[in-house]
Amino acid sequence: MSEELSGLAYLLAAICFILALRGLSSPETARRGNLTGMIGMAIAIGTTLASPHVLSYTWIIAGILVGGTIGTVTALKIQMTALPQLVAAFHSLVGLAAVFVATATLYAPDAYGIGAAGSILTASLIEMSIGTFIGAITFTGSIVAFAKLQGLVSGAPLVFPGQHLLNAVLGIAAIALIAWFSATESYQAYWLIVALALVLGFLIILPIGGADMPVVVSMLNSYSGWAACGIGFTLGNTLLIITGALVGSSGAILSYIMCKGMNRSFFNVILGGFGTEEGVAATTQGDKTVRQGSAEDAAFIMQNAGKVIIVPGYGMAVAQAQHALREMTDVLKAAGVKVSYAIHPVAGRMPGHMNVLLAEANVPYDEVFELEEINHEFSTADVVYVIGANDVTNPAAKTDPNSPIYGMPILDVEKAQTVLFVKRGMASGYAGVDNELFFRDNTMMLFGDAKKMTEEILQSLG
Amino acid sequence: MDPTKIMQATEAAAASAATGSLISLFTVFLLAIFVGYYVVWNVTSALHSPLMSVTNAISSVIIVGALIAAGPTDVHFSKIMGFLAVVLASVNIFGGFIVSQRMLQMFRKKG
Repeated sequence: MSEELSGLAYLLAAICFILALRGLSSPETARRGNLTGMIGMAIAIGTTLASPHVLSYTWIIAGILVGGTIGTVTALKIQMTALPQLVAAFHSLVGLAAVFVATATLYAPDAYGIGAAGSILTASLIEMSIGTFIGAITFTGSIVAFAKLQGLVSGAPLVFPGQHLLNAVLGIAAIALIAWFSATESYQAYWLIVALALVLGFLIILPIGGADMPVVVSMLNSYSGWAACGIGFTLGNTLLIITGALVGSSGAILSYIMCKGMNRSFFNVILGGFGTEEGVAATTQGDKTVRQGSAEDAAFIMQNAGKVIIVPGYGMAVAQAQHALREMTDVLKAAGVKVSYAIHPVAGRMPGHMNVLLAEANVPYDEVFELEEINHEFSTADVVYVIGANDVTNPAAKTDPNSPIYGMPILDVEKAQTVLFVKRGMASGYAGVDNELFFRDNTMMLFGDAKKMTEEILQSLG
Repeated sequence: MDPTKIMQATEAAAASAATGSLISLFTVFLLAIFVGYYVVWNVTSALHSPLMSVTNAISSVIIVGALIAAGPTDVHFSKIMGFLAVVLASVNIFGGFIVSQRMLQMFRKKG
């Protein structure tokens, strides 16, 4: 295939990718968008295979078969609650692949037309080292994120004195190494860059707490895009540059939305140390009392309500309560109750996590609303059913300037006539703050596992 | 490597650098960021999880570089690196698109 023709084919693939993202603007067009993305990828791979650089196909076919099988089986088997881990794991693979490609380019530059070994163009060396640097950070950073999400290591932020100083020193060392490598094309310098970036990836993500994972996952998504960009510049391949830039800006926008959802700056999240793992037991309860209810009470209240809003959170995902929840709302709807769902931007462990889980349980997406869409409706709701969410409902975010979550946009559940709050115990949320909502007169606490409690309510409704 | 071969390779590099000069690559890069910015802000927040898995799948287009590395007939270090990258990127391409499709299949309207 001639250079011009393959250039056109790559452009076509890039357009397919843009259309794939465009399709995600609404659920109706999203499936077609995803198919367009697949076509784009097929065009990109086919074009490369037809290029004069590729002469032997045995290894390539074997590689695609092995990788494709692993990917397909994993994607078909994964539970939707484990989606954040899966995405983190996938990010790590992109990062590592970027490192491998950069390495291959360094050791056999003539295949890519960027010079001979020992005399690679300086610009290519700079691009190569930046690509491999970001790729390696993405690799280990995503592994840490995966381990935290999967519960292999504690989700608690790991902080030690001098942490930021150490990261800063390593960052400066990396710049020096990149300069050394670009000037000399030394293999030694290259591997030092890789090693340093691998260490940095660990160090950057370790101090970030479990509840900040939506930001981390989005950020690593962005990094994997920039790594692809770096490789694209090295190879002078516009398809890689365009795709990398699309992915990079997408991840950056998602990180921004997540940070805004918590009213925290990006740097505040990255510097880490926020949030505790399982939440510490509330210490400032004093003589405040909570009103505790049973499943029968909850069923009675909801049956007699006109309008019920459900507020799901990460606890719903952990308990796998989404299916029981949908059955419960089916019964309520059959009894003439108007049911809708309210989703906070940072509910769950990745952007849009709750929407996917509710969709999995066959909740129609036009019953599910975002914070801005539904927040004014709480004052007219008879009952709010909070299941597995905590900090995102805490009125202290509006009233207490000393609270760590002050200023965070919250769902105004306290404005409803009755708040039913499903919770395992009196522990506070990830932010480690007491939720004064528990002690309000219009709140009824339902202590128990989210799924079990919902199933019990379902039985009482019948 | 003999000097004439190095000369040839360097010339080829200079030629390709002229056609795909850094400035034009950078132009493409910046414009693509703008396209990404406007397209992604249009994505409905309900589909942010599929957005992540789709972007994850398409960022594996890095396989293009891996295929070239894995393409030569003789086996050397670069070919092995290329092969490993092909495997990793394939996991992502198949896994990313399929898990996105699974998610998107679930988004249904009322009734």
